[in-house]
Amino acid sequence: MHELSLANRLVQLAEATATEAGAQRVIAVTLRVGDLSGVALDALRFAYDVAAAGTRLEGSRLELRRVGVRVFCNPCQREVELLSVQNFRCPLCGTPSGDVRAGRELEIESLEVE
Amino acid sequence: MTIPRILEVRQGLLKKNDAIAATLRTQYQTAGTFVVNLVSSPGTGKTLFLERTLAALRDRGYRPAALVGDLETDNDALRLARSGAPVRQINTHGICHLEADMIERHLVGWNLTDFDFLFIENVGNLVCTSSYDLGEHLRVVLLAVTEGEDKPLKYPTLFNTADVGLITKADLAAVCEFDPLIAERNIHAVRPGLPLLTVSAKTGLGMAAWFDFLVAHRHQHNTARSEGCRESRVHCQP
Ligand SMILES: Nc1nc2c(ncn2[C@@H]2O[C@H](COP(=O)(O)OP(=O)(O)OP(=O)(O)O)[C@@H](O)[C@H]2O)c(=O)[nH]1
Ligand SMILES: [Mg+2]
Ligand SMILES: [Zn+2]
Repeated sequence: MHELSLANRLVQLAEATATEAGAQRVIAVTLRVGDLSGVALDALRFAYDVAAAGTRLEGSRLELRRVGVRVFCNPCQREVELLSVQNFRCPLCGTPSGDVRAGRELEIESLEVE
Repeated sequence: MTIPRILEVRQGLLKKNDAIAATLRTQYQTAGTFVVNLVSSPGTGKTLFLERTLAALRDRGYRPAALVGDLETDNDALRLARSGAPVRQINTHGICHLEADMIERHLVGWNLTDFDFLFIENVGNLVCTSSYDLGEHLRVVLLAVTEGEDKPLKYPTLFNTADVGLITKADLAAVCEFDPLIAERNIHAVRPGLPLLTVSAKTGLGMAAWFDFLVAHRHQHNTARSEGCRESRVHCQP
């Protein structure tokens, strides 16, 4: 279950950031999760509550912001968003592309603190 | 009572792993060691395949070594050591993947310049292993014919982050009614252009092509060494 170790890491990072900013409590965490990050969202939500217990994140909201997969399409000369992670083809012209430009993210975007 | 406010963070959760992986990559570069990370679901034949690979490379005059991740046992390490190559076991104590700091710790006391190749057998797991960069040059994903053709569609991330795909246990393809064309189509749907090799470690089928592939990649890499190291593929910050 690597979601639990990711959740622990998330809580550590958030606590450190909150402390540094002189905040007492974290109200919400916004996390960007790419469709290619390999993270199961439900498992992460569950693990988050476990990891947050007893910290200044206890009872906080986890807001997950999904990031779709974007690849660069050579014929179209532009970045395009895939319709599905099971089909790495440009939705405009159908050309296969493995040149991933977004979708692997797993990062804390912001914290709401008080 | 303080007023709620927003802190911009933009920090990757795997930043620490990626930083250690970058350090490892530099060490491999400096030593001239070509590093291969084997990932797959449990039981696809990583250990047998690696056993054969270590022995064959030694026969060809190369100096390979291996690290093998295992949840609880040291069986795989004992099997690999039969090849005569230096082998170390990484017992992950239940963690379902290898992380860069585990590699770093288990390299202590080894001199990388003694190795032309370092193989890392990851823990058999189709999900987590793909998220952790180990600084490797080549990530190899194995798909056994006994698993069926649709694994790549169910686990796109693992296949997408690989540099080469191996269809293993090819000697069982007929009894499993495995369709290589469907498998190839599915793999390429999630990772266009992924080079594929079909092998059987048991019968030796396709193994010579794999050894040639490895040696060619190491050579290519060493000649390109001066151009600087490759960027990490996973979870890179925009
Ligand atoms: N028929 C056949 N069996 C194979 C082949 N390669 C491996 N096996 C068998 O498949 C089983 C699993 O092989 P391993 O090499 O232990 O697989 P693994 O991927 O290292 O397994 P884990 O480390 O547990 O994930 C063993 O019984 C092997 O003998 C092959 O090419 N053909
Ligand atoms: Mg094994
Ligand atoms: Zn296009």
